[in-house]
Amino acid sequence: MTAVQAVRPDDGAAFVSLQGITKAYGPIQALGGVDLELRLGEVHCLAGENGAGKSTLIKVLTGAIRRDAGEYTVGGTPIGNPTPAEARAAGIGVVYQELSLLPDLSVEENLLMGRLPAHRGITRPRELRRQARQMLARVDLRELDPSTPVSALSPAVSQLVEIAKVLGQDPRVLIFDEPTTALSENETSALLTRIRQLRDAGHTIMYVSHHLEEMFAIGDRVTVLRDGKFVKSAPMGEFDHDSLIGTMVGRKIESLYPAGKRTIGEPRLVVRGLRRSGVDGTIDFTVRSGEILGIAGLLGSGRSELLQAVFGGDPITAGEVRVDGKKVRPGSPRQAVQAGLGLLTEDRKTLGLLLELSIRANTSIANLPQLARFFMVNRGRENGIVDKYLGNLRLRAASWEQPASSLSGGNQQKVLLARWLATEAKVLFFDEPTKGVDVGAKSEIYQVIGDLAAEGLGVVIVSSYLPEVLGLADRVLVMREGLIAGELSAADATEQEVLHLASPGATPISRVGALPTPEPDGKPTGGHDATE
Amino acid sequence: MQPSKQADEPTTAPESSAAGARHRGVRVLTFGDVFGRDAGGIIVLLILFGGMTLLSDQFLTGANLGNLARQVAIFGIIAIGQLLVILTAGIDLSVGSVLGLAGCTTAELLFHGVPIAAAILGGLAVGAVCGLVNGLLVAYAKLPPFIVTLGMLGIARGVVLVFTDASTIQPLPESFSNIANGTLLGVPNLLWLFLAVVLLVAFVLRRTTFGRYVYAVGSNPESARLAGVPVRTVLVSVYVISGLLAAVGGVLFTARLGAGIPTAGTGYELNAIAACVIGGASLFGAKGGAFGAAAGALIVAVLNNGGNLLAVNSFYLQIIIGLLILVAVFFDQFQGRIAAGRGR
Repeated sequence: MTAVQAVRPDDGAAFVSLQGITKAYGPIQALGGVDLELRLGEVHCLAGENGAGKSTLIKVLTGAIRRDAGEYTVGGTPIGNPTPAEARAAGIGVVYQELSLLPDLSVEENLLMGRLPAHRGITRPRELRRQARQMLARVDLRELDPSTPVSALSPAVSQLVEIAKVLGQDPRVLIFDEPTTALSENETSALLTRIRQLRDAGHTIMYVSHHLEEMFAIGDRVTVLRDGKFVKSAPMGEFDHDSLIGTMVGRKIESLYPAGKRTIGEPRLVVRGLRRSGVDGTIDFTVRSGEILGIAGLLGSGRSELLQAVFGGDPITAGEVRVDGKKVRPGSPRQAVQAGLGLLTEDRKTLGLLLELSIRANTSIANLPQLARFFMVNRGRENGIVDKYLGNLRLRAASWEQPASSLSGGNQQKVLLARWLATEAKVLFFDEPTKGVDVGAKSEIYQVIGDLAAEGLGVVIVSSYLPEVLGLADRVLVMREGLIAGELSAADATEQEVLHLASPGATPISRVGALPTPEPDGKPTGGHDATE
Repeated sequence: MQPSKQADEPTTAPESSAAGARHRGVRVLTFGDVFGRDAGGIIVLLILFGGMTLLSDQFLTGANLGNLARQVAIFGIIAIGQLLVILTAGIDLSVGSVLGLAGCTTAELLFHGVPIAAAILGGLAVGAVCGLVNGLLVAYAKLPPFIVTLGMLGIARGVVLVFTDASTIQPLPESFSNIANGTLLGVPNLLWLFLAVVLLVAFVLRRTTFGRYVYAVGSNPESARLAGVPVRTVLVSVYVISGLLAAVGGVLFTARLGAGIPTAGTGYELNAIAACVIGGASLFGAKGGAFGAAAGALIVAVLNNGGNLLAVNSFYLQIIIGLLILVAVFFDQFQGRIAAGRGR
């Protein structure tokens, strides 16, 4: 197949070696003395929490960023500080976390972008098609018409096209960065099988994922990073689930979540018959005072969309939302805010922050009508509010006037948190509240969420990280295909149960005409078995 | 929808503990505190003013300053309207045409014996309607501002040429001309008006909820919407204000010349944009202020005026103003990069 096959796997000898890599972004040390050895014919997993430095390390490997210090050798030869093109020439290929395909161009153009077959600047379509077919054959996509635009492909097929594209450069090392986030369970196992084949063909694989099960399924060895530091490198077999987590986190996770001594009271948010366009069925749920409701589900199950619909960010076709018994006009975040709802969005940069504006302006923006008289903002009261809420969150900044873009992820999240605290909301929605947030800020955010519920707010949390949902919530709604597939009480919910409900196959209970309240044990009300 | 994933690191590493203390309490109010981003333009303006005073005896005379004030006022007022649109990350290319249309509407009404106040209101209403159409198309039909206002540029100019038959409307009543040519306390009325508009808009931008919303929309309309900002109302409003201020410029232009001129205001849109940019506004929105735009307008006017006094070829002046725009934007980018390097 390729020249790679000629090289025999050689136990113990490192093909790619990084020694003592450091990298700082301004005052922030992203990597501090990290070692990594990738051997031929192995699947090497990279484990670590968000912010542990995994992505930075990948960028060092691929030449996307320049390291500050440390040795980088490929096949025993130091390759200096490579550019991305030099790293590729040295045999490093990466299948990116965010697919690097251009959606409006065809599959064939994407596969050969940057080296399109051409004669004196005129492209040669037939040669392009021939080479593209060859590349697709290597990932068993012989059926795919190379002229299809990439935007028409499913995530799983795009992923394979991406892999074909990388394989086209004959890499010896293949880096997979979170390859399964957009894939279903079946697609994931198909991908893992493909990765094993690539390994057996002599490629070195580096596999980065948040899913520990995948690492255990496929990894030969694992390197663990924590807070930008190298912790351990060992055969996968030396770890079990708990010890790997323990090594990644460096302490027990349970302590992260606030102890629950809350009293659950009257319903604060009642959603009845909510119907979104494109979803066949309706959704009902209630959040009570002092209660934390978790919403779990796979990527694309409609968790964030549900929050957006209730908050008025997305239009709804039917249904009503009541806050403390008062009806909220649908389709308008402004009305929702005035009614006492708040939404901490998943994507801070595109849906939350006003990056150019000051910390002060970002904090007070949702609260301006209350801070103004005759449309004039009372600066004294504004500063008071900002001091109070950001002070309580222990935000570290030189001045409230510096732009929000200058803050780290955790502090940006605190600014958004303060924005909603300042509105004195009755019900707060948190969509992936700890995404891209370091562990320290994480526990502070959990603490705030717990305190809010204790004060009598209704809290809804959406997270892809199941332990977080199970650790925080009193009750968990599991979503599938835009509907509620079941409800579990957090006390007896396990990750397996949640995943079972979330996976395709089980029948959603909130179909049209179904009972508005889920069965107590949260099991699907009928239909065929989940595992078919 | 494209699933977005978390960037893994730089933002999440521990912050420097040095940045803990907020300095509050008494401190000297600096020039930069008062004018912020507008400071650069104002400093350039002061230097220019000083330079011109040294170079030309005629510059700092009452007659010349009055002349300068009349030159700057009309196009400065338009620039302030343009600024509001630019702050929302939009652009209004129609202001020059709307100026012509509104000015000729007022002239036509006066010509047919309509009372002065009513004629002025008629002109202003036309400008506001043009702005409303722009705003509705941008906010509700979601068309790009560049295209919408480019269309309005052609339409408004075409309409005025059709209904005037491309000929000048005159004579107009003497008392109408006095509005633009008179003085109050020795200062031209036009300058008072310009000053009033600048101060009013500066106040609105800094101290009112609407002003905050303008910046928020320019920074990130989706974030702003989800924070409860009435994004569409804000967008429509800035285009209406821009159209209205263009119409104010049109009425003043007509009053100053004592005649309705169908081609009045041609090319003013670019001057207005130049004034905003020289005054520190970013075409990507959310950056800039009223004093900056006013300073930008004055810089361009002083350059033109000074060029005339010093008998500099006016073609060279165009080159100088073009260079000034590039320098202003370059300086802004450069500053931005330094700040980014420090902050991250």
